[in-house]
Amino acid sequence: MKLTVWTYEGPPHVGAMRVATGMKGLHYVLHAPQGDTYADLLFTMIERRDHRPPVTYTTFQARDLGADTANLFKQSLQEAYDRFQPEALIVGASCTAELIQDDPGGMSETMGIPVPVIPLELPSYQRKENFGADETFFQIVRALAKPMEKTKRITCNLIGPTALGFRHRDDITELTGLLSDMGISVNAVAPMSSTPSDIARLGQAHFNVLMYPETAETAARWMERELDQPFTKTVPIGVGATRDFVAEVASIAGVAPYLDDSRLRLPWYSKSVDSTYLTGKRVFLFGDGTHVLAAARVARDEMGFEVVGLGCYNREMARSVREMARDYGVEALITDDYLEVERRIEELQPEMILGTQMERHIGKRLGIPCAVISAPVHVQDFPARYSPQMGVEGANVIFDTWVHPLVMGLEEHLLHMFRDDFEFNDAAGASHHGGHAPKPQTAEGGQPPAPAAPPPEFEGKMTAESGSSVTIVWLEDAERELKKIPFFVRGKARRNTETFASERGVEEISVDTLYEAKAHYAR
Amino acid sequence: MTELPRIPTGGGCREEPILKQRGQREVFCGLTGIIWLHRKMQDAFFLVIGSRTCAHLLQSAAGVMIFAEPRFGTAILEETDLAGLADAQTELDKVVDQLLARRTDIKQLFLVGSCPSEVIKLDLSRAAERMTEKYAPSVRVLNFSGSGIETTFTQGEDACLAAMVPVLPKTDEKQLLLVGALPDVVEEQAVSLLQQMGIGPIKVLPAPRADSDLGIGENTVFALTQPFLGDTHAALERRGAHHIAAPFPFGEEGTTAWLRAVADQFDVTDETFARVTDAPRARARKAISQASESLRGKSVFFFPDSQLEIPLARFLTRECGMDAIEVGAPFIHKGIVGPDLDMLAKGPVLSEGQDVDLQLDRCRAARPDLTVCGLGLANPLEADGLATKWAIELVFTPVHFYEQAGDLAGLFSRPMRRAGLLKLEAAE
Repeated sequence: MKLTVWTYEGPPHVGAMRVATGMKGLHYVLHAPQGDTYADLLFTMIERRDHRPPVTYTTFQARDLGADTANLFKQSLQEAYDRFQPEALIVGASCTAELIQDDPGGMSETMGIPVPVIPLELPSYQRKENFGADETFFQIVRALAKPMEKTKRITCNLIGPTALGFRHRDDITELTGLLSDMGISVNAVAPMSSTPSDIARLGQAHFNVLMYPETAETAARWMERELDQPFTKTVPIGVGATRDFVAEVASIAGVAPYLDDSRLRLPWYSKSVDSTYLTGKRVFLFGDGTHVLAAARVARDEMGFEVVGLGCYNREMARSVREMARDYGVEALITDDYLEVERRIEELQPEMILGTQMERHIGKRLGIPCAVISAPVHVQDFPARYSPQMGVEGANVIFDTWVHPLVMGLEEHLLHMFRDDFEFNDAAGASHHGGHAPKPQTAEGGQPPAPAAPPPEFEGKMTAESGSSVTIVWLEDAERELKKIPFFVRGKARRNTETFASERGVEEISVDTLYEAKAHYAR
Repeated sequence: MTELPRIPTGGGCREEPILKQRGQREVFCGLTGIIWLHRKMQDAFFLVIGSRTCAHLLQSAAGVMIFAEPRFGTAILEETDLAGLADAQTELDKVVDQLLARRTDIKQLFLVGSCPSEVIKLDLSRAAERMTEKYAPSVRVLNFSGSGIETTFTQGEDACLAAMVPVLPKTDEKQLLLVGALPDVVEEQAVSLLQQMGIGPIKVLPAPRADSDLGIGENTVFALTQPFLGDTHAALERRGAHHIAAPFPFGEEGTTAWLRAVADQFDVTDETFARVTDAPRARARKAISQASESLRGKSVFFFPDSQLEIPLARFLTRECGMDAIEVGAPFIHKGIVGPDLDMLAKGPVLSEGQDVDLQLDRCRAARPDLTVCGLGLANPLEADGLATKWAIELVFTPVHFYEQAGDLAGLFSRPMRRAGLLKLEAAE
């Protein structure tokens, strides 16, 4: 039993729903109690989908448990087939149905449904959403895809994008264009936008582009083995990774590498003098493994940030994230415990967080700017505008997105110079954010689905604790001096000074201690 | 005698046949109630003993990603807990120890059962008894079920309040108890109106804190403020308290009828009643007539969701001039919504339970001007050109009593006004 407050991933059947909802002509019959239908709103509200997810829930109740839940499942399956006439069905159990052991897969075999019915075994008490998506896609591919003659032209499949994915919609468009520039056309995009018959002809493609290892790596490996399709290992997020991706595709496909970089602006924007203020900004990264690995490279090599910590919530990616952390000289944080991530961020006091919506809230509370780089998603992560993460435009989008939360170059200095100005002071936050950006003591009620929630209050316990057992006292003028330091570095200055003092056994911090510490930590 | 709402001449809906279908239900489970209950009871923690799905529901269902450390959490059952039950009880003790050590502000702990905990028959009442002894007197531990196999959406609040009733101390004092979690502003308005009539003492369930002086006994009369409190109603009657049956306080008419029913128990004179209510009644009527302009003559279709459907259909048809096509409720408890059914004119289909696909077929065929439904259905119906109102907002927003009557009408008229405002085509 594990106490959980917030979770990064849903249960595995939600992963299966992401696959089913991304596809067309597929229907998912889920043996589940009433209440599990909440998952529909993830798609209709967060992603603003205009159709219900193609999922039929058996919605059994207590009175059914004594009677015949198995029959209820059979009836639901038959009715779902009759009503929706899908090309194929997937069937499975949610956490509660797993306990009553009705065996949806076995039952469905006996029913003579005239289309493929693919059973899913998703262990709800061991695994999570990403596993559910990966396993479901793999089972669908294994059941439907067959070796076939390759297309005459060079083609590939884009695999991995699902419903409710972080910018999957736009990444597909970006990569399709990039590949087309190299003379490679897309045979199928899967699971997103594919029908079961599209899955059946995946084998025609010469190779696979594995966009998101979280959701399609198992299928990619199977297709490599069974359909003779190599797959790409580079995830083209960021300038360097996009160029590496082009080289990798060229060598797999046997074509000349080509990247139309006429609209690529990140490199020049990053070199231009205004970006000097980005130098050495201390950033902390957290999210799914794929996006964190890619973002760490962009942060260090393309933005000139200093990566002070990184981690991921999906254990499946722990090994590669640990490797990268070693390479960057930091300790990897592999956890799905939100409070642990919060503690690490408090300890590290980064100047910026690149994280998920959860870290965005941590940042709000601690007054640290945050840009979102990964799922779990929020209604804000489905912008109306074209906003990919991959390829050339993805790099441009990343530059803008990451710079936006920061206080900009000269403004940083002005804030410092006029720190007591009644309008232009640090509490007012960055001028382009309208209103007061950082209000560390208020939590937020979130976006829709449900507005007008009872007013949330902040209940965390954020008292700063210095690591040492010695009680350190700030003298009055030192405290006053500290307040003159702009808010976005004040936390770090306080922490550094306290560490400096406690290392030297100093119990009272004076203005001198503050500046000695500043000199000590000067970069 | 104050002018009271009349029963429709053709008769009300109380004895009308009810359409009952059995199929997929598109409803939340009772765990959802924790989202508002934990705001209402400020020293309570709700610990769900369940699965990752439960935790995911709590964080997604309401979209209330507060992301502070909230006063609810999930003890997620793992493979090892499912192996043997003795083990699960010890594990639960450990989790609760941890939790209470960290949160010394907690005075009431609710162990909340879920689908998986009920299927494996994890005995939470035994756990609650054990823990109450262990942590007495600083923390009271209670249990209730919010599972989807037992409860639908707002029934979670019912189960929670019903669990609190047996442990309330006994009192012989003549008192009025208002039952149901309301936003503070609404609760204060209600109490103030009743006090102005000279009614008192007035107590509320749930009380904001565990150490309130709330007691119960044979001289307690109680009025429900929410129509989904069937089990709580039964639990209160078992303690000897007397129910005041009344329509629910939505709209001017509902509020007046509800207040009148309470006032009659305390021998409030017509003059006093009129002195207290005349001004807010007039305000409410005015506000409703303004807010309901775009609702008059329009049709409405209710999918089952919060169990507020019948009182709201009564309000929309009688005070906002709408025509109800279908009024669906998760279930219909005539002992509680009977007075509302009496006032609802015959005509709409009354349905209980759900086969969502068949109900969607009926809704699409009827093409109502407004559909009241859950979040999973709203956008798909909008995409079909049907204006919708998300039902969950009705549970979260202050909508009871006079001063909110206009806001309540506004919640329904906004989607329709919006549809009229948007001009997304070329100007021609």
